[in-house]
Amino acid sequence: MPEVKFLSGNEACVEGALIAGLGFYAGYPITPSTEIAEILSERLPKEGRFFIQMEDEIASMAAIIGASIGGKKAMTATSGPGFSLMQENIGYAVEAEIPCVVVNVQRAGPSTGAPTSPAQGDMMQARWGTHGDHPIIALCPSSIAETLELTIRAFNFSEKYRIPVILLMDEVIGHMRERVVVPSPGDIKVIDRLKPTCPPNEYFPYENVESLVPPLAAFGEGYRFHITGLFHDISGFPTMRADEIVPWFNRLFKKIDDNLDDILLYDMRDMEDAEIAVISFGISARSSLAAQKQARQMGKKVGLMKLKTIWPFPEKAVQEIASRVKLILVPEMNHGQMILEVQRASGGKCVIKGINKLDCDIIYPHEIIEAMEV
Amino acid sequence: MIKNKMPLHVHSYLRGNKKFPSVWCPGCGLGTILGAIIRGVRALGLDKSNVAMVSGIGCSGRMPVYVDFCTLHTTHGRALAFATGLKLAKPGMKVIVVMGDGDAIAIGGNHFIHSARRNIDLTAIVVNNRIYGMTGGQASPTTPSGDLATTAPFGNVDQPFDISRLAVDAGASFVARSTVFHVLEMERFIARALSKKGFSMVEVFSQCATYYGRLNKKGSAVDMLKWMKENTTVIKPEDLNQACAVDMAPKKVERGILVERDSPGFLEEYAKIVERAKAI
Repeated sequence: MPEVKFLSGNEACVEGALIAGLGFYAGYPITPSTEIAEILSERLPKEGRFFIQMEDEIASMAAIIGASIGGKKAMTATSGPGFSLMQENIGYAVEAEIPCVVVNVQRAGPSTGAPTSPAQGDMMQARWGTHGDHPIIALCPSSIAETLELTIRAFNFSEKYRIPVILLMDEVIGHMRERVVVPSPGDIKVIDRLKPTCPPNEYFPYENVESLVPPLAAFGEGYRFHITGLFHDISGFPTMRADEIVPWFNRLFKKIDDNLDDILLYDMRDMEDAEIAVISFGISARSSLAAQKQARQMGKKVGLMKLKTIWPFPEKAVQEIASRVKLILVPEMNHGQMILEVQRASGGKCVIKGINKLDCDIIYPHEIIEAMEV
Repeated sequence: MIKNKMPLHVHSYLRGNKKFPSVWCPGCGLGTILGAIIRGVRALGLDKSNVAMVSGIGCSGRMPVYVDFCTLHTTHGRALAFATGLKLAKPGMKVIVVMGDGDAIAIGGNHFIHSARRNIDLTAIVVNNRIYGMTGGQASPTTPSGDLATTAPFGNVDQPFDISRLAVDAGASFVARSTVFHVLEMERFIARALSKKGFSMVEVFSQCATYYGRLNKKGSAVDMLKWMKENTTVIKPEDLNQACAVDMAPKKVERGILVERDSPGFLEEYAKIVERAKAI
């Protein structure tokens, strides 16, 4: 039976992770994400699964990759400073194509910033935080129910596409409480990575398969192979040959680019006749929703696009909106990050205005309504 | 017990496909250490599919690619943290972590002491050649004071770490030190480390003739091996329980088992936590 619960975002994230089949958690305490670790330190041992508090966030990220290589669904949770420390190993997971989920409950930064205040300042870091060219998937919930849903999606995407998935929450989403219907196991789609069925001597962990995502064997299950952060051939062995590197890189990008229909999650509201579009995400999308509803009552033709998938960016959908509205508003609790993507996708077809806040407070609906008056 | 028919057996643990000759310089000690690890694994009769070799970055980081185990070449300094996750996901596997002195003690120093404190069930092999080899001869945390390196052209200002004493004091269940010259002793220590529960660590002094040797006029690889023979001494049992040596650069390097204790490993302790959690 589905259960109705009154949960915080951090609690909902835990519920989602457990439904998705979380088998291993490694983390380091940091506000405002700490409750995720605290709750899992109680829940996971009860199920005979591993919770481990590591010595820092670098180690936490490394440990979840190691556990995933051992076949477990693995997750860590952190906030800005810890997310910065995790970047190198996030790149490792991209390069080696190891599924894992990284939760960043965003707080105001840079540096120590304001640990107990919300922000959306890590949007670009989620995309480009690790060095080198790479694809990434990042999801951003705007409610507690959505936190549960997107946590499960994060695991599903990571397992399906062999890629680290970043869940970008924020302090308000992490600590706010709302009603959530927790689905019973079996009522929700849970995806497990594909494992090889071929004989071990015919297994190539980085083979250029038609699906673009080769099966991933767990260590210790009869398949002996090599995993490295170096450029590698289809066997996983280091290579410097262009004819091995280029096909691998192409597949790395293509496995995401060819599956945008599956990966891009967003909601459209009252967009059919809209003259003004608000494009937002996370907690700012909640204020945007309130503003959009009020504006409609005031007779303004305003629509809302709520992004759930931040990366890859849904540029075609935004492009289409830009071609038929006069104004796009982008409320975000940073100095203007996702607005750059909106501008890029819009190609100058309409006016685009940012509503930005860096004062440790959320954006209020009236501030968005005021911005509608050109 | 493990003296006969070695060459054939070593080869059956190596990957035949395409990765030889190795990336290591002529005269490097890493090949000897690799051989000793393989013989240690064989002595315990471990199934190759149930053995993982994990490494970080540096010359030693390239070791896993040659062996026919489950092999994981991770980021610089983080091998122990990756290995911790792997071990907990697959507790039945024997996880061997190979690191250099810079990898284990400089960039990975935090993971090293915490792995020992946690007594996580891993076997670490730390190859101590007292220099950063892969990047071309920079000073490492075990470069003796006053010695030359490409980043210490007037002599190393720092004092060196004693890796084994560090592991002992941080709580490892088994710590031993040997050298590439004392290959049978090293092999014995590795086999013993592999059979211990908790965190076991074998520090192996190795020769980097290309950088450390050349910069410090230590002669050829063979000369450096002779140095190991002449400048090491077997640790006396009465010294074992003493506090960490104050002398950070003793005249002779102590070889032997520095500690072997039956402290519970992480897995054993976690099993108790699971029982307690399930009972509530």
